[in-house]
Amino acid sequence: MLAQQLINGVLLGSTYALFALGFTLMFGVLKVVNLTYGFYFSAGAFFALHLTKQWGWPIAAALPAAAAASGVLAVVLDWLLLTRLRRINAPELSSLMVTLGAVLALYAGMTTWLGPDIRRLPAGVLGGEALVLGELRITQAQILILLATAVLVGGLLALMRLTPIGLALRAMAEKPDAAGLMGIDTAKLAALVSLVCGALAGAGGVLIGLNFNAIQPYMGEAMMLRGFVVIIIGGLGDVRGALIAGLLLGVVETLTAGYIDSGLKEAVAFIMLVAVLWTRPSGLFGRAHIQRA
Amino acid sequence: MPVWLDDFLWTYQNVVYALGINGLLALSMYVVLAVGQLSLGQAAFMGMGAYSSALLTLKLHLPFAVVLPAATIPPVLFALAIGTPTLRLSGVYLAIATIGLGEVLRAVYLNVDALGGALGISGIPERAGMVSIYGLLIVALAVLWLVARSGIGRAMEAMREDEIAAAVMGVNVRRYRLGALLASAVLAGAAGALSAHVSSFIGPNEYGFEPAVTILSYALLGGISSPFAPVAGAWILTLLPEALRGFADLRLVFNGLIIVVVVLFLPNGLLPLRMRRWVK
Repeated sequence: MLAQQLINGVLLGSTYALFALGFTLMFGVLKVVNLTYGFYFSAGAFFALHLTKQWGWPIAAALPAAAAASGVLAVVLDWLLLTRLRRINAPELSSLMVTLGAVLALYAGMTTWLGPDIRRLPAGVLGGEALVLGELRITQAQILILLATAVLVGGLLALMRLTPIGLALRAMAEKPDAAGLMGIDTAKLAALVSLVCGALAGAGGVLIGLNFNAIQPYMGEAMMLRGFVVIIIGGLGDVRGALIAGLLLGVVETLTAGYIDSGLKEAVAFIMLVAVLWTRPSGLFGRAHIQRA
Repeated sequence: MPVWLDDFLWTYQNVVYALGINGLLALSMYVVLAVGQLSLGQAAFMGMGAYSSALLTLKLHLPFAVVLPAATIPPVLFALAIGTPTLRLSGVYLAIATIGLGEVLRAVYLNVDALGGALGISGIPERAGMVSIYGLLIVALAVLWLVARSGIGRAMEAMREDEIAAAVMGVNVRRYRLGALLASAVLAGAAGALSAHVSSFIGPNEYGFEPAVTILSYALLGGISSPFAPVAGAWILTLLPEALRGFADLRLVFNGLIIVVVVLFLPNGLLPLRMRRWVK
């Protein structure tokens, strides 16, 4: 029983980590709390739904296609909403407000267009058989989530640490102006970050849609709270911290639902958020940046 | 009261109440924006006020004069718990910590039987009305207007423009911010109690993400040059769906787009200059 709960928790947590990775990268490099991020999650799930249901694509093709489409959407929205603010060097609250307004308009528009109903991916898009190890059950969707998270996280860390692009990204995260002066094309890199982050969110949406078999316009909004908790616990902009914090949140939520009360599950994330803000506001692994007048 | 006014109020009672309550909500957003912060917990504060006032009326049978102030206590406590740690940090933290509050409380309302679960709480007696709603709105406007003209108002404006410079000049930035957040919680909690006692029913889904952003759109449309501006913004956005049929479906899309357009192109809101001229 406990082992099953822990496995479920780790699996849930890896979807949180996957979702939060792009979010924290966006903040770390672009210095923007981009609330449209949750919308790419919903959009990815709906792209995959359309591809598998209307066009009959297998999930192995629909997942990357939906992720790519979400990435392109992210680039377009970033360009529409944030170029101007970036040019005038607006305070970070402005970009937060713009993306907040935009995401409400997007969710509400999507709900008006597609309806608020919960939709399901076609039956048999994944083999229904679960892997049984003794008393433990792991569904194929869960295996796919674990694999996808491992591949995407590994890929992202390799990109950041081992490639020239990663070096440029880290330079940009450190000091965007200086990076620009060193000949880094910051506008192009910003677009690349949006693309990658949108794709990560979209992939997350497809995988969660598969796992819970429920797709609905506001699904990204429910995820955003978890995203915030994960990036604050992990430290804003910290990829490794987001991974650990995501797993931690998943395990704590699952154990709370299993052993205390399933109604409390939704509140766990928030309680953890407030507790971390009181005790370690720069995150469990973060260093304090103190700015004094 | 003349007959035509009586008829008018009876027919449009709900709209007239909504104007007053949304005006209070716009003010609760205004006080936070006025110190250069962004809180997205207003709808959650309103929900706490609504739920606690409904329970106080129905279970303890207290008079409304006691219920209304008592209903502001839970939102104030939550504001303290969230505001104390986040207001020491940069502006995004308060926004991040409050943005999920409404959704968390929604799950709590849904899962706790004493709070009515999915059915909400119904049969709340109609204790509030024109006098209490507009009386409170006028008092709040008067107080905020006087504050804005006083030294406190100048300190708030200074820290909104340049926090570090204000701190150097001796403004206790953290105390002002916390004070503003608490005032905001009081106003939103009272608005929630009033709305619960005019509509007789409250449900778990009324205080989530959408109303939170809608309240922000009130304040941004009006601008924060004076406390009258956000109330005007709230009235415009409350009346538009009433005036334009077919608009109601797209109301939320419109509210969202207003925020985008105002922040990108009209950082002072729609009504700032005119207002400033006849208020100052």
